[in-house]
Amino acid sequence: MTAPATSRPVPAARARRLPGWATSMLVVLVGLVVLSITATLTGQLQLTSAGTAQAAVQLLLPILFAGLGGLWAERAGVINLGLEGMMILGTWGAAWAGYQWGPWAALAAGAVFGALGGLLHAVATVTFGVNHIVSGVAITLLGAGVTKYLSTLLFLPVSANPRQSPPLRGFDSFSITPLTDVLDALVRANLVFVTDVAGILQGLLTGLTPTVLLGALAVPVTYLLLWRTAFGLRLRSCGENPVAAESLGVSVYMYKYIAVIVSGGLAGLGGAALVLNPGQLGYLEGQTGGRGYIGLAAMIFGNWRPGGLLAGSALFGYVDALQLRAGGDAVHALLYAGTILAVLVAVLWFAQRYWLAAVWALVAGLVVYLVYFFVDTIPSQFAAFAPQIVTLLVLAVASQRLRPPAADGLEYRRGEGD
Amino acid sequence: MSRLQTTLLPPLLAVLFAALLCSIALLISGDNPGAALAVMVTQLGAGTTAVDVINTGAVYYIAGLAVAVGFKMKLFNIGVEGQFRIAACVAAIVGGLLPLPPVLHVIVILLTGMLVGMLWALVPALLRAYRGVSEVISTIMLNAVATGVIAWLISPAAFGFVQGNNISTPPIAPTGHFPGIDLGPSGTIFGMVFVAALLGVGYWFLLGRTRFGFELTASGESPTAATAGGVEARRMVLIAMLMSGAVAGLIGLPEVLGREHAYTLVAPQGYGFTGIAIALLGRNHPAGIAVGALLWAFLDKSALALDNIGVPREIVLIMQGVIVLSVVVAYEIVRRYAMAAEQRRVAAELRAQQQPVAEGAAT
Amino acid sequence: MTDTAEPDAPYAVELAGITKRFPGVVANRDISLRVRQGEVHALCGENGAGKSTLMKILYGQLRPDEGTIAVNGEPVVFRSPADAIRVGIGMVHQHFMLADNLTIAENVLLGAERRLGIGAKAKAEIARLAATVGLDDDPDTLVEHLGVADRQRCEIIKVLYRGARIVILDEPTAVLVPQEVEDLFETIRGMQAEGYTFLFISHKLDEVRAIADSITVIRRGTYVGTADPREVTTRKLAEMMVGSELPSPQTRESTVTDREVLRIEGLQLAGEGAPLLDGIDLVVHAGEVLGIAGVEGNGQTELVETIMGIRRATAGRIVLGHGDRARDITKATTLERREAGIGYIPEDRSRHALLASQPLWANRVLGHQTRPPVARRRLIGLINRAAARKDTQRIVEEFDVRTPGVDVPAAALSGGNQQKLVIGRELSGDPVLLIAAHPTRGVDVGAQAGIWDELRAARHRGLAVLLISADLDELIGLSDTIKVMLRGRLVADADPATVTPEQLGAAMTGADGPEEGAA
Repeated sequence: MTAPATSRPVPAARARRLPGWATSMLVVLVGLVVLSITATLTGQLQLTSAGTAQAAVQLLLPILFAGLGGLWAERAGVINLGLEGMMILGTWGAAWAGYQWGPWAALAAGAVFGALGGLLHAVATVTFGVNHIVSGVAITLLGAGVTKYLSTLLFLPVSANPRQSPPLRGFDSFSITPLTDVLDALVRANLVFVTDVAGILQGLLTGLTPTVLLGALAVPVTYLLLWRTAFGLRLRSCGENPVAAESLGVSVYMYKYIAVIVSGGLAGLGGAALVLNPGQLGYLEGQTGGRGYIGLAAMIFGNWRPGGLLAGSALFGYVDALQLRAGGDAVHALLYAGTILAVLVAVLWFAQRYWLAAVWALVAGLVVYLVYFFVDTIPSQFAAFAPQIVTLLVLAVASQRLRPPAADGLEYRRGEGD
Repeated sequence: MSRLQTTLLPPLLAVLFAALLCSIALLISGDNPGAALAVMVTQLGAGTTAVDVINTGAVYYIAGLAVAVGFKMKLFNIGVEGQFRIAACVAAIVGGLLPLPPVLHVIVILLTGMLVGMLWALVPALLRAYRGVSEVISTIMLNAVATGVIAWLISPAAFGFVQGNNISTPPIAPTGHFPGIDLGPSGTIFGMVFVAALLGVGYWFLLGRTRFGFELTASGESPTAATAGGVEARRMVLIAMLMSGAVAGLIGLPEVLGREHAYTLVAPQGYGFTGIAIALLGRNHPAGIAVGALLWAFLDKSALALDNIGVPREIVLIMQGVIVLSVVVAYEIVRRYAMAAEQRRVAAELRAQQQPVAEGAAT
Repeated sequence: MTDTAEPDAPYAVELAGITKRFPGVVANRDISLRVRQGEVHALCGENGAGKSTLMKILYGQLRPDEGTIAVNGEPVVFRSPADAIRVGIGMVHQHFMLADNLTIAENVLLGAERRLGIGAKAKAEIARLAATVGLDDDPDTLVEHLGVADRQRCEIIKVLYRGARIVILDEPTAVLVPQEVEDLFETIRGMQAEGYTFLFISHKLDEVRAIADSITVIRRGTYVGTADPREVTTRKLAEMMVGSELPSPQTRESTVTDREVLRIEGLQLAGEGAPLLDGIDLVVHAGEVLGIAGVEGNGQTELVETIMGIRRATAGRIVLGHGDRARDITKATTLERREAGIGYIPEDRSRHALLASQPLWANRVLGHQTRPPVARRRLIGLINRAAARKDTQRIVEEFDVRTPGVDVPAAALSGGNQQKLVIGRELSGDPVLLIAAHPTRGVDVGAQAGIWDELRAARHRGLAVLLISADLDELIGLSDTIKVMLRGRLVADADPATVTPEQLGAAMTGADGPEEGAA
């Protein structure tokens, strides 16, 4: 017999909380207001233009899928650093199938190829107990190697370039026309705030493809499956306390396998989304460019929750889009938005009496503002990694508030519980 | 199973397994695995291949050591990639801008590389030690940041030096070149190869013979037991991470000092991840890492020869990937098997002695 | 189900001739146990007596080598806990099997979703059961917000939700404070009235007598007898439990000197809410064993870790040594404290004392990495591997560590031999103070006696020992002075020459302390 856990009760913060959906709406609203103010005051109209929003959607999709993949795996207690590799497999599979049988086949093949990578990760980590991070890195190396080999073998004859697939046929895009027309009118009406919101909405509803809809669907479906079904409860219990789950008759290995395979499939879908991006249809070696890792970062940013993950991917996709469309000046304007946000956060924390945190937020806001004031533009090279900087900041500031699954990344072996 | 067997068997099995898989892949694609293998082996005698293998092996060896220092205490410095690239870039800039006398010039470049690698590792080290942020995520983020910073550093707006189609850092004067051993038509062995070997000896001594090495291993094995034994966890995280970064800072320098004499826009990438694979293959042991590094370099160089006989060179990448994945699985299986066997052996040896005691106490 | 036990009703549980062997040890030897329906049946025995093994057999986690199980008169064979659950047996483990980040309802429903789904119907049932066991929280509360007692209630709900009528409680009071124990007993009595049967595992005799309808005692894996709590005295029960081979508290001579080795003044350690340590004052002299008695979770672990520098005291002073050589170590690091001569036997051997996959000689180095013989004298910062091996061999011989050599990994040794190695290491390098937390926990009987001998010998040589133990007989048998710890405070003193385990137990739970024996 060993010592019982000396866990102590944490005084429950039972303050009345807003329901989840209301908080999300509030966050979105605040974000819009801040952007609108910034766009108005700095004159950077691209901040809230329809084009930026539309580009952001395309850019956030791969990140979102990869992040969802990370979410599935980590909720079952398996860290998936192989997302990048599974995504690479997905891009190749999607291009190969898409070239022959069209975009729907591309989606399916992307998912299947990614899931194969997931299966490999599951075998290594769950069955053989290999360290999750080690296995993830190895799978990424392997994924890159396999796709290069296959590309040389299969794409070179048809595209005359071992690093590239022949151009693919993508989905036809569509817009929700009556609505977008109304929004277009609102944009033209040039009203403060209304124009900004309408612009963003217009972008979100234009140039839609089945891939976008799939991404939009994947978030609520993940939420419902993982949080509202017995299946999801069992899967999450494997990530929280697998020994307890086992003691209650849950087949931990099976759920971990399912989770990691789904995780790979989602990462593969992310790869397919890249390949089917209307702006750049086709496979290109290295096109994932670390988006698998960014997906992981978006998941952490979102505190291992689907809604938060969506917000994280949106943020990253948005900054990316802004940088691509409007360059350093627009990103520079974002510093202004950052200042406003920091002040808002500081006020919120003052109200909640987190004095120290509030002061830090103010200081951070001041620093950001000074940078804004003294620097004219952000070099494009820096703007490109804004998402990573944001992630690092979030981790540094909020790491104590983040709540990863309790048994995330720990080795679990059947029958070894106490 | 003897200790030697448990150490050597997994990597051998992994290499064989990888070779088998690749042979199958080649057969399917209509190539001849036997011919491929023959070419891979015979190419070693041709041209500069052997020297190239050693030179690249030295680079990989340093990379493997950098990763292994962290692995020893279960720190996953995925950021060796970013640390080595930014260190090589800044060291090349410093070397290109400062006019210095011969030996000092090289030393300054080496030290700059180590220092920058260390600084780049400082951020994740601090985040991990004081904020509990996983070094895995923070170093991955910093790898991307490093890419951006390097792109800016060697842009003409900053320190870039345009030469034809290529952009690089300002070229380093001959005083800052690390002399190698010229073997004529066989090529030139980098002087840095010897630095790498020295590093290996230092690593071996540090890990196996010093208090620091013991504390590092203890922290990796059980942070709680190490703490109770007077090891300060936070300090160990900082030191291990910074050491890893410092060694990482040297990875790019054999090429900068021995061949390129500048850091170019197209300078090779991925050594950090190769280092991870090699550290895994060599099980963080200095000799194992050396074997792993040479094997990796050999496979890399085979790619060219394979191309010549019409075998897709990328088969090598698959082979390398399979080796890493199967070697970690093999180590894990052997580890479990060996531990269970050890427990059985101890129990069996003791049962004979204990039996009379237990029976006596019960009556 | 009947409300009360009828005379001719079959036994709720009947174990007959249960034997279970593990490599090198017989955990249960021909044990029989009969539990009537609707009763609270206590299973008593010392740590390591085989109670948990027996209950794991009844719950289907282990399969007996010999013997039969019958439930409600029907013979059964359990292959897994699922089989046991099916016939209405449930078990509340001593270590709670709860996921902090899931809600009460989720923890209860996990694995039993088929019964009522996971929706409103299930939550209503959970709310009903929560009322039965006295849990006030909303089923949607995260378990991490619950205190220990509420977590236990949550565990009981888990068992009930699965339809259990026979509930095994494994050491349920070990983590509870007295008021919570009372509440638990209330709950048990209430459920007993509803027809539930309980198997209550404990080694705390006063509690057992307070709650049980009948008591079965086992000792070293064998059945000793069954007693009626209304007829048996606590003393008689204690004798049944420990036999007559216990160290006798009276037979010893004092080696206590007046040389202070450790002085603690006003030690304070803040916690979330109530302080973990509150105004601790104590002095340990050379040649003295100071025992700390207390229910687990009352601050003993924190006290030890604060003295070792693993936790930082919020206020107060820790002084090591006496007179001119006194040294304030309140702010020293763990390593400095060890170097100053403190040896430390942590309560959780595998997590805090050993490097499992490292060889024995490397484990010898841990905590001594700066001191000879394992550190080189002249070349500072270097480890002398040959000397470490040699000194490990010395420990192996002197402390009778049963091992084939010093190069085997620590994990390959049995618990008792690991502990002997740890004790040998901590007594190396001439310590002045030894902090021993549960030094014989999880150790077989033979090794236990050996460890006690070593501690006595060290005390005889003038070592000061701070002993923490949940085993009151060990505490009384070894200590020169006993202090009782309750909720982070030292609340009473006792003289081990006169105090009984029952008196100590009363003081530990906050009842009247045995002040009459105070020195």
